[in-house]
Amino acid sequence: MNNNLLFDVTVDKAAKTIFIIREFNAGLPLVWDAFTKQEILDRWAAPAPMRCKTKYMDFKVGGRRFYAMINPEGEERWALQEYTSITPKTNFKLFNCFADKDENPELPGSDWDHTFSEQNGKTKVHISVFNESLERMERLAEGFAKGFTIMLNNLDELFATLQQE
Amino acid sequence: MKPDIFQAIADPTRRAILTLIAIQALTPNAMAEKFDMSRQAVSKHIKVLHECQLIKPEQAGREIYYHFNAQKMQEFDNWLAQFRRNWETQFNQLDEILSSIKEQKQ
Repeated sequence: MNNNLLFDVTVDKAAKTIFIIREFNAGLPLVWDAFTKQEILDRWAAPAPMRCKTKYMDFKVGGRRFYAMINPEGEERWALQEYTSITPKTNFKLFNCFADKDENPELPGSDWDHTFSEQNGKTKVHISVFNESLERMERLAEGFAKGFTIMLNNLDELFATLQQE
Repeated sequence: MKPDIFQAIADPTRRAILTLIAIQALTPNAMAEKFDMSRQAVSKHIKVLHECQLIKPEQAGREIYYHFNAQKMQEFDNWLAQFRRNWETQFNQLDEILSSIKEQKQ
């Protein structure tokens, strides 16, 4: 656990975008590889006890990654990513959507934007996820996250945030 | 297409209606009065809020009162907490991988 590393998740409901920021205790080239190389991605890109399996990955503009999230019961949930923009060691964008096992996409999907920056040996990654319908993503995520313990948050807090907007 | 909760909340008038209804159930007429809007404009907002289940109608005599559906809001909140936890788990996994790769290189 590295609780001293910056981590933040915020939602802009009006813009239908989720923002994720995370700092890593490693130099930029290594963090970039961890996000863009299949052999490293498969080791972390699914939250345990789920795991991730990439069938193929072609990291170039217009290239695709076809992968599955597998839960402990062995059920596979396939997804397709297409890289829409790559600025080496700085930024990459992709379009992500769920798919069946034969690579047929289930539209609509979401747009992911990753930006990398290094300072004092630590690397910060900013991720933004735009989804035409966040509620749809919510339903899909819920379906797959079944069986996980749910954290309860205070409704009053949420409402206070909504009122500030 | 059915409006989703985000489209519903994106509108400032609907946010104001929700805030008001959270305190006290209201009839469409009372809403129109409070927001100085036509009954027709209020009906449109009610329709959107009702379709995504943020409010619930309840008949009281001849009037319909709209209540705030706190459960719907809670569902989203729960989902976000789960989404955050999933990422936290993944990033902690990545921390370990990064440190082991760094060690190997030394």
